[in-house]
Amino acid sequence: MARLIRTEKEVEGRYEEVWIVVEEDALEQWPDGPLRVVGRPATRADGPVRARGEATYTADLRLNGMLHTAVLRSPHAHARVARIDLAPALALPGVHAAIGPGDVDVLVAECGFEGAPVAAVCADTLAQARAAVAAIDVEFTELEPLLDPDEAVARGALLGEPRIRTRGDVERGLAEADVVCSGEFRTSPVLHNSMETHQTVVQWVGDSVDVYISTQFIWGVRESVAEKLGLPQDKVRVVCEYMGGGFGAKNSPDDQTFIAAELAKRTGRPVKCALTRREEHLAAGHRNPTIQRLTVGAKQDGTLTALVGEYVNAVGWGGWSSPVEGPMHLLYTCPNVRSTTHAAKLNSPPMKAFRAPGFVEGTFGLEALLDELASKLGIDPLELRRRNHTEQDPSDDRQFSGKNLLECYRRAEPHWERRHEVRARSTDVVKRGVGMASQIWYGGGGPPSYAWVRVGSDGRATVVTAMQDIGTGTKTAMAQIAAEELGVPLEHVTVTVGDSSRGPYASISAGSSTTPSMGPAVRAAAADARRQIEEIAEQRGDPGMPLAEVVALLEDGQILGKGARGPNPAGMQVLTFGVQVAEVAVDVETGEIWVDRVAAVHDVGRVINPLGAASQIEGGIIQGVGHTLSEERLQDPHTGRILTTSFESYRLPTIADVPEIVSELVDVPDRHLTNLGSKGLGEPPIVPTAAAIANAIRDATGADVRRLPIGREEMLRALREAEQRQHESGRREAPARV
Amino acid sequence: MPELDVNGHRYAVDAPVGTTLAEALRDELTLTGTKIACGEGQCGACTVLVDGTPVLSCITLVHSVEGATVTTIEGLRDHAMVDAFVRADALQCGFCTPGQIVSAVALVERNPSPSSEEIRHAMAGNLCRCGAYPKIEEAIRSWRD
Repeated sequence: MARLIRTEKEVEGRYEEVWIVVEEDALEQWPDGPLRVVGRPATRADGPVRARGEATYTADLRLNGMLHTAVLRSPHAHARVARIDLAPALALPGVHAAIGPGDVDVLVAECGFEGAPVAAVCADTLAQARAAVAAIDVEFTELEPLLDPDEAVARGALLGEPRIRTRGDVERGLAEADVVCSGEFRTSPVLHNSMETHQTVVQWVGDSVDVYISTQFIWGVRESVAEKLGLPQDKVRVVCEYMGGGFGAKNSPDDQTFIAAELAKRTGRPVKCALTRREEHLAAGHRNPTIQRLTVGAKQDGTLTALVGEYVNAVGWGGWSSPVEGPMHLLYTCPNVRSTTHAAKLNSPPMKAFRAPGFVEGTFGLEALLDELASKLGIDPLELRRRNHTEQDPSDDRQFSGKNLLECYRRAEPHWERRHEVRARSTDVVKRGVGMASQIWYGGGGPPSYAWVRVGSDGRATVVTAMQDIGTGTKTAMAQIAAEELGVPLEHVTVTVGDSSRGPYASISAGSSTTPSMGPAVRAAAADARRQIEEIAEQRGDPGMPLAEVVALLEDGQILGKGARGPNPAGMQVLTFGVQVAEVAVDVETGEIWVDRVAAVHDVGRVINPLGAASQIEGGIIQGVGHTLSEERLQDPHTGRILTTSFESYRLPTIADVPEIVSELVDVPDRHLTNLGSKGLGEPPIVPTAAAIANAIRDATGADVRRLPIGREEMLRALREAEQRQHESGRREAPARV
Repeated sequence: MPELDVNGHRYAVDAPVGTTLAEALRDELTLTGTKIACGEGQCGACTVLVDGTPVLSCITLVHSVEGATVTTIEGLRDHAMVDAFVRADALQCGFCTPGQIVSAVALVERNPSPSSEEIRHAMAGNLCRCGAYPKIEEAIRSWRD
């Protein structure tokens, strides 16, 4: 029976109350452990198609008559268009249309960051469009850019009110503390840099519009485009069959979609608007820089008495204020916590969500400070975390739907024990050490999400849902779930995704939510089909009749099952947990850092595909290593111009930079969460990596690194500071040798 | 009009001077398995073989390879390396994968049993933002299994 219910929905730490229609979700969870298909390694369903170069990404679309777009962007961090004339562009060969400020609202005359889109031209070829953009007669009036986050806060240049979160009384907590540690931590802007840049092809078909887009949220694009173009949602078809990575930067239609839509409307032709890699470095979003001024107070036995955080999210010209203070409020049982988070509005490009936004940055500051505390107290860092473990959400006393963090710690012990042997391999110049950090993040997914399953007379099943597989392998996981429930071989299940006109509403692929949102709907749909097959068998007088025999009677008939995602458990906090242990080597003369090994143990409930899960963990850790050691978008502090606009200057990790990675999942279903007990794994693995590396560096050298990325300059600064401290105190302030 | 041998077929490519090999392959011959991710020769997604040597097709002018034998991912679809990548789960979003596979094939053609070090050296020019690297290494180590 369909029910309309009001439920809480969480994406990346932001909550909203939504009405949703759900079916009875009467399925019991499967028993623990690997099953026939679920919980067993499966190679990617679309692996061959992607590997053989047969998959058509948005970048590969070639529609008849398709035009190409180039965009004129502000060369200044803060400027006003004084004068613009598109006529010279329109006069060039191959040009079909040109639009500027006022023609569509994403093209602006008031430019708040370098890369802000001002005008766009479409032409038969991309080269013609670029030549036309270069011919646009434009004059900018440069304005003074605001670039310093602290200055923005002081001046009140904020995006929204400061966010203040308090529990207990931190003054009392600090007064009760035997030891107090403080530190200022900074993180830098890092870029998603998906290999497929942001791009959209828009084609008007009668009174409808087809939007082919590299996106993480087909249904969100449909809604936004319909709203902006003034169309009923059913007149907007959104297609994303294969996409080349997102990491949070492709949750919305973005400027290129509305530019393409306007040009397509004006020309009556399909129009493609694709960002170049250099544009991607300017105007496609990033993880925003943060400043974190943190204080922790603790008793001699390590019991936390107070945590205080003054945070600045240097959001940029637009975006939102990510929950950088989240780990401080959620990770430990500390009774007194207070945070203030300012969102600084600056003349730098707008941020976007990036793989566990806020928590990656906040975990670095918090967990690095915790290790400074452990060092002062002479307590083993892992033991310090155990002593402050919490069994319920410490911010509101809600029960966790499932939490196995202590089990993660237990399984991490053999990796943690290696520190004695690792340290012993240090030389005078190359110091080695081991560090750990805890992980906490969301990842429970939520409703609404729907799936259909059809079974034909050949016993093969097709799962139909209009979700997207952004490269995480969720399509494969859905096939496994359907195969398990139907009792058919995995290779007999096909999953059809990627087209809003050919399937029901599906979740955003952000906030580690695809598997926990879609999986229960797919299982419910498969169960609905299986129930119908069993009913037919019963009518045939043979309740035990195998599925293949029942459906063989169908001829051209099909069994159609449908399923909906039920709500998350009422009044419970659904989170993911884990711990990582990193091993590093530091050349104390040059400041060079090598990450040799990262061991990861995470708790995300039931694991659907251990092979794909290991890939997610490895990918998250490698991005984390990049964030920690090499990735940084540089901005000129005076002009606000972006200095790193290519892969030569913005340094992504290569295969040669990859440490040994050992991963393990606790793999216990979350008893309270859906018919599946699975949470998401896209984001958790990146959360603790930077903190674990920073703590390993402290273990190796005694130096407190306070800034990401930890380049040689920061490493040498921290080493000098440690040396100074040693000199002043007359003894080496050793890290906790416990 | 430059003539090319691409995956065993001869083509006369009608492209203006200045057209890159990647553009010619993708736009003229619609061989879109070769991807362009940076367009500046910095990421390796566009890697193809020219007379057996891996080249960055996005910074190679099509007129400069006239008469050469070009092999793209479409010409390597039946190579054991493709299956090795799938088996090892050596791809996530898959956008860099054709370039990875072309580079990997070039490596094992000259060194069928590369060491870890040799793999890392040969493959360091192929970026993968999803971080499939450990499994790419594994796929190349086990490509003949």
